[in-house]
Amino acid sequence: MSALINIVKQNLGLGSIAVNGGVHPPEHKQESTTQAIGQLPLPKRLVLPLRQHVGNLPKVLVAVGDQVLKGQLLAEAEGNISAAIHAPTSGTIAAIGDALIPHPSGLPDRCITITADGKDEWIAHSPSDWRKEDKTRLLERLRHSGIVGLGGAAFPTQVKLLTNAKSQVDTLVINAAECEPYITCDDMLMRERADQILKGVEIAQHLLGANQCLIGIEDNKPEAAEAMRLACTNSPLAQSVTLKVVVVPTQYPSGDARQLIRLLTGIEVPADKRSIDVGLQCFNVATVLALHRYFDFGEPALSRIVTMTGNVKIPANFEVLFGTLVTDLVKAGGGALEETDDYIMGGPMMGFSLPSADVPITKAANCIIASAPNLFAPAPPAMPCIRCARCADVCPVSLQPQELYWFAKSSNLEKARDYNLFDCIECGCCTYACPSNIPLVQYYRFAKSEIIAQDRAKEAADLARERNDFRLMRIEREKQERAEKHAQKAAGAKAEVANAEAAKTDAAPVNETPDDSAMAAKKAAIAAAIERAKAQKASAIAPQNVADAKPAVQAEIAEIDARREAAKQAVSEQTLSEQAVDNIASTRDEK
Amino acid sequence: MSRSPYLSSAPSVSVIMVKVMLALVPAIAAYVWVFGAGILVVLALASVTALAAEALMLKLRNRPIKPFLMDGSALLAAWLLALSLPPLAPWWLVVVGTLFAIVIAKQLYGGLGYNPFNPAMVGYAVLLISFPVIMTHWPAPLELAQANLSFANQLQYIFGASNGLSLDAVCMATPLDYLKTQLTLHHSVQEITTAPQFGLLGAQGGEWVVGAYLLGGLYLLQQRLITWHLPTAFLSVLALIAGAFYLVDATHFAHPLFHLFTGASMLGAFFIITDPVSGPTTPKGKLVFAAGIAVLTYLIRVYGGYPDGVAFSVLLMNMCVPLIDAWTQPRVFGHKK
Repeated sequence: MSALINIVKQNLGLGSIAVNGGVHPPEHKQESTTQAIGQLPLPKRLVLPLRQHVGNLPKVLVAVGDQVLKGQLLAEAEGNISAAIHAPTSGTIAAIGDALIPHPSGLPDRCITITADGKDEWIAHSPSDWRKEDKTRLLERLRHSGIVGLGGAAFPTQVKLLTNAKSQVDTLVINAAECEPYITCDDMLMRERADQILKGVEIAQHLLGANQCLIGIEDNKPEAAEAMRLACTNSPLAQSVTLKVVVVPTQYPSGDARQLIRLLTGIEVPADKRSIDVGLQCFNVATVLALHRYFDFGEPALSRIVTMTGNVKIPANFEVLFGTLVTDLVKAGGGALEETDDYIMGGPMMGFSLPSADVPITKAANCIIASAPNLFAPAPPAMPCIRCARCADVCPVSLQPQELYWFAKSSNLEKARDYNLFDCIECGCCTYACPSNIPLVQYYRFAKSEIIAQDRAKEAADLARERNDFRLMRIEREKQERAEKHAQKAAGAKAEVANAEAAKTDAAPVNETPDDSAMAAKKAAIAAAIERAKAQKASAIAPQNVADAKPAVQAEIAEIDARREAAKQAVSEQTLSEQAVDNIASTRDEK
Repeated sequence: MSRSPYLSSAPSVSVIMVKVMLALVPAIAAYVWVFGAGILVVLALASVTALAAEALMLKLRNRPIKPFLMDGSALLAAWLLALSLPPLAPWWLVVVGTLFAIVIAKQLYGGLGYNPFNPAMVGYAVLLISFPVIMTHWPAPLELAQANLSFANQLQYIFGASNGLSLDAVCMATPLDYLKTQLTLHHSVQEITTAPQFGLLGAQGGEWVVGAYLLGGLYLLQQRLITWHLPTAFLSVLALIAGAFYLVDATHFAHPLFHLFTGASMLGAFFIITDPVSGPTTPKGKLVFAAGIAVLTYLIRVYGGYPDGVAFSVLLMNMCVPLIDAWTQPRVFGHKK
């Protein structure tokens, strides 16, 4: 219903409805938007954590002492969901090992440290003609770009651009809401580089084959919205698809992908599906700009815009190489003012305190806030929940935070799951609105990790039980088989003895020694063994332990094998047909 | 390390409680004007008792005393109870009711946030059942009183040194009470409401207090300390039922506005049923809860043994809260309806 109203409203030009719930924290955005995006002097040392994205750790390709050039691949993506890491400047690999990283845990993790040589010497650029090149090849290349979602989620971008017959993208949503207070990196990026962003949008649209592109911007960024509108009218994309800047009301957390999608399209992505399953895909503005830099200039992900704000002399945005230490960024901001006691990475709603200012800027680092007690007062001691339900009123996902809190607190994890704990996006609205100052989000994070740990333990236990059951069954079966064999042998031996006796009596005159007959038996046994071995080799696919199973069991195995084979064939046929569809689709797109 | 969000917008629990008490001030002023300053003594008595009981219980329960005394919840419960009592209630009645509310209904269940029943209404119900005569003896508004009651006289009543002044001399049946007894004597509503204690909408004089509650309630709504669901559902369902009965038989059932403006309707709508701790939390649940209280209140008023039914209805519906909450979970984003 609300979706319908929303669509009607949008078509009548009445703007879109705001997110359910949500809050309006003081914005504090104007402080860092007075200056153009600044550049940092080339740092002497860069620390590149291997874990800067969601997914597998990349595989390190360099060794300590190697000379590297700017843009050179240092670690390549491993597995489906992973991202590469490149040298942000030229220099020498100084160390590969554990170093402090920006993570709430404060624990060190694997990093590559580069000592810059100051030359900032590039590798050979290899831009691509993305309009003509095959899409699968483009996506394969994108695996080596190191581009991840720069809005803060840091999900490898090539995975999100992958489409197939089942997931066709109709609408491309560009997330420029930037709803968290203090953060202005996307705002400044749009004001200064709107044309480049639109070029990135072109690439994303081309790869996805989207029919419309909606750029969602909160109404507290009129300059950025204007710049983007202008860029849209100038973009060649406007001729082929619907291209629109949609201004949404300023309300945290409208920048959450699912919330923004609902705001712009009225579609509520089902909780158990990804947005691509319902024909939508969402990218941050900075991410699409990175696509443009990669495909049009051959520049991998080496830097990003970071807002340096809070308790610093000159709050501003800077283009920062990945691996630059936060201390260098603070210096660029004119240095921290007195009483600065902490640095927050991200916004004040979802960010976290850095373990030290000597940690590097990573791909997910959109903002560094120098924190002081007068900016962010320490939370007063928590009081009991009075069930006022303010948390429920502001929850953008319509959860019942006060119930989840009870369940989490009493470790009633099953109940917490029933009340959709895993739909919580940890936006922090509930804590923000809580009169009792209860750190609700922390309770939910704890409950989630507990449930995940329990599930893992249960899975492991199930697997162990299964294995044990199988082992017991196998031991039992082997015992039976052994008994059968023994019985056969015994019967055979009896018969042999009888035969031998008969032979003795029958063929006494034959000139053959008992030794010879024993030798012959041995030879026969050896021959039989060789025969068996050959047979086994021939049926090498068949597992050893079923080779001598009972006929009934063997028949069953054969049947299962046949089914598996049939299934395999069916799958390969299907993939073939899917590939065919993909090919058709891509050729159609090229047209 | 991760303590986000670093920001907070919410007024603290104490600020909320203080604002609710602030919202009661117009009603208290109207009370003083209509019934005399005796109510202030009753309020003070209840406040002191509540704070002392709360402190003692916190000490016994080994809880920090200062933060929980400062949260204001005990004080608010005491005020709500005091405003429900007859204005010239004897001191021991006030003390017993308050002790029951704070010690039994609140602290023994675990203190702030843990009480399943509205403490003020538990205290009120206990007093009403235990001392029905005193609890239904309301002094007449000053303008109707035969004997002119000075503040000193009122103090004498409260502290039990009435010196020959009989309570009956200054008392008058409340409109709800009067209506109930007179209806059993086969008078029509129209005849009954010509009695002096009936005012324009509710009780003569008392309707000013009711109006002040409404004013305070609107302030609570404006301050977003309560949501519209509870008062709207309660008042509209009460008016609807009363209206339906009134339409069917106007000689036996009072006008719906009468039900809204007498008894504890308005106090209940904005200050009693809106107690968050013992009420439901979901928007739909609030509607169900308030509607239930309205229906029960009307039934008790018309068919029950007591003139008013707000307290009992609230307690009965408090029992249903866990069920109501479980049944009225809102649809989560991205989930099917």
